Amino acid sequence: MNLTLLMYLVPSLVMFGCGVYGFLTRKNMIAIMISLELMLNSVDINFVVFNRYLFPGQLDGMFFTLFAIGIAAAETALALAIIINVFRVARKVDINQLTKLKF
Amino acid sequence: MESVGNLILYFVVALVIIVCSVLTVTTRQILRSATYLLFVLFATAVIYFQMDYAFLGAVQIAVYAGGIVVLFVFAILLTHQPGKDAQQVESTRRVLGAVAALLAVAVCGFGLFSYANFCGRQLAEIPADAVTIDTIGRFLLSTDKLGYLLPFEAISVLLLACIIGGVVIARRR
Repeated sequence: MNLTLLMYLVPSLVMFGCGVYGFLTRKNMIAIMISLELMLNSVDINFVVFNRYLFPGQLDGMFFTLFAIGIAAAETALALAIIINVFRVARKVDINQLTKLKF
Repeated sequence: MESVGNLILYFVVALVIIVCSVLTVTTRQILRSATYLLFVLFATAVIYFQMDYAFLGAVQIAVYAGGIVVLFVFAILLTHQPGKDAQQVESTRRVLGAVAALLAVAVCGFGLFSYANFCGRQLAEIPADAVTIDTIGRFLLSTDKLGYLLPFEAISVLLLACIIGGVVIARRR
């Protein structure tokens, strides 16, 4: 039995589906960020696996993943700062209670 | 033919990824959700190690498991009072979310399995000097056609902007 490309893409696909589900159903803003991380992570796995299986002599997918990890870290740090600031002002983090900006 | 240890490692990692990512989005307590996310990120790092990208696995552990999850736990503990029961994080739109997620998984899964020939290819032997830390450093700082100096500098500006933004947002007025 061999480890094929498909065998790495299936867990990544399940991870992405879970991220979509969590992003649409969660009410807590931090939980939404966690679902977002799941989706980003599954895309990173896809980049690395395609690079390794299709072009083993090159490193483009690896560098894409490297930069994606850096950007995800920056984005998460800023988003959590915003969430904490919103909590300090409004004392809540649920998106169905934060309706001040609603049109 | 793969070695037996490699196969066992793969199945353990795939099981951890699938089970823990389902638990991440279905558990009711948000701190547990962050913990399951940590397991998923570690399993992803194991996949990177299995693909022979040791540097990327180290970055994954250091930045994701070491940085982002700590940040999540920090934010959760700041915004949820400890001792009080964790609030439920479920919504009435569960059916809509489940349908959307299942639809996405079904479409992509159909695509994957209909290209079974393409997706069934084996792991090729990696050239010996392809992923040494020397090569990675040269690629990151080279300016020729395959170099990555421009994104490297762009991301350093982005991180600077992120630091300043974090200070400005979190400052107490």
